[in-house]
Amino acid sequence: MTRFSAWNVIKNGFTGQSGWSRQWRDPEPKSHYDIVIVGGGLHGLATAYYLAKNFKLTNIAVLEKGWIGGGNAGRNTTIIRSNYMLKGNREFYEKSLKLWENLSHELNYNVMFSQRSHIGLYHTANALDAASRRYNIMRQTGSDAEIWSRSDLEKKIPHLNYAHDARFPIHGALVQKRAGTARHDAVAWGYARAADKLGVDIIQQCEVIGIKRNARKITQIETSRGSIQADKIAFAVAGNTSRLWQMAELGNLPIESHNLQAFVTEPIKPLLDQVVVFGVAGAHFYISQSDKGGMVFGGDIDWYKSYAQRGNLPIVQDVAECALSVMPCLGRVKLLRHWSGVVDMSMDGSFFICKTPLDNLYLNAGWNYGGFKASPASGWYFADLIANDRPDEIIKNHDLDRFRRGHHIDERGAGADPKLHG
Amino acid sequence: MIQIICPFCGKRDHSEFSYGGDGEITYPALDANEESWHDAVFLRENIYGRQIETWQHIHGCRSWLLVDRDTKTHEIFSVKLAHLDWHILLEKNR
Repeated sequence: MTRFSAWNVIKNGFTGQSGWSRQWRDPEPKSHYDIVIVGGGLHGLATAYYLAKNFKLTNIAVLEKGWIGGGNAGRNTTIIRSNYMLKGNREFYEKSLKLWENLSHELNYNVMFSQRSHIGLYHTANALDAASRRYNIMRQTGSDAEIWSRSDLEKKIPHLNYAHDARFPIHGALVQKRAGTARHDAVAWGYARAADKLGVDIIQQCEVIGIKRNARKITQIETSRGSIQADKIAFAVAGNTSRLWQMAELGNLPIESHNLQAFVTEPIKPLLDQVVVFGVAGAHFYISQSDKGGMVFGGDIDWYKSYAQRGNLPIVQDVAECALSVMPCLGRVKLLRHWSGVVDMSMDGSFFICKTPLDNLYLNAGWNYGGFKASPASGWYFADLIANDRPDEIIKNHDLDRFRRGHHIDERGAGADPKLHG
Repeated sequence: MIQIICPFCGKRDHSEFSYGGDGEITYPALDANEESWHDAVFLRENIYGRQIETWQHIHGCRSWLLVDRDTKTHEIFSVKLAHLDWHILLEKNR
């Protein structure tokens, strides 16, 4: 695999670009691995990479039923931020943001991480109070957070709807400047390439169709490309976690699968330099502009359980209404594409990285809306859990038993109804 | 757009309805142990395929309904009033 460097770019410029090798191998699955990771999304690939990099474990396979980057890795709005407040989440997402800051160098692959600021608009005095608490906790725990007045905002983002007679007039914004976006495909490819270079087998078109186990362990995984045995097995299949869990006859999980839609418009000239979030009363909307110029945005989940990867029209209408109320200038911009991914919505809106009732099975699931930004830290701590067979102190309460202990990690305080944790 | 045939109001877009969730959870007795309450409140079968779920026709007759729907395709197989004795009465008088 050819390393990307200024020298290689120049050299290949003189040799007809003939010196580049393929980015990762396409190996046949072996019959045994030390570790098998089910799910070749961002979390599975990142986990494989950190297992190889941090723990020198390289006899690893990542099994992907489709192609890498084809699931939720390619179905998100690419927003990265760490404005979480609760213990565990706070440290976890801050770690993730720090990993993002060095990720392109780490992987020798440009993930186009752009720290363009995350702007959370506020519209009421109550929202300012609640968010001041959150943003002060962020500042006290080593992150960056600012509160901008309406006049600051008007100077920096001139195209928002500042009308005083708007249904929800903008009063100001809560800002995290280190937050931003990244190129989602590049993250999948970068992790895959870097993991492959360290010896990880990335096996695409390989669906798990059966799981054999005894009372304590998984003994064999049946796949569409043959049987595989492994000392340790890790699930990272958010959206379909319950299906795999039930295939292993492990019962029910505190998770529901829901559809989350996202949208992109035709490319337009540079309009919006930041990520802007509009959330007040029933409205929920987030928007940024991609490097190609498309306006990328999304809103709420579809409100009912679904594995369909197909979104519904009332949400399209809701999102369009939000778009026009916060950025009326988008009224004539044409929608280019819109898609839907299946997300694991958990009972408290927080994730699971934990051990399971089986000795050799580890779980990574329940990412709700927040999977993309979490990818690096998710891989980091999941690799640590698998390698050391114990969770790090930071994620020790992100286990399946936390509801039994009454230890909900509920950032919104919405209660045990998965569809409300948007 | 999913369309639900409400027993009172006829075929309507699902945007008139509010989603309730799983329709087959049976809650334990009030004095049951914590474990059975934990399972009923926090755990979900999260069915891949046909499931019974509740919807309320909030912008119509406000009835709670039991809907048999496929989570893979969104196809609806049957709609009943959630109060099953009312449903039987309704069918009898139809």
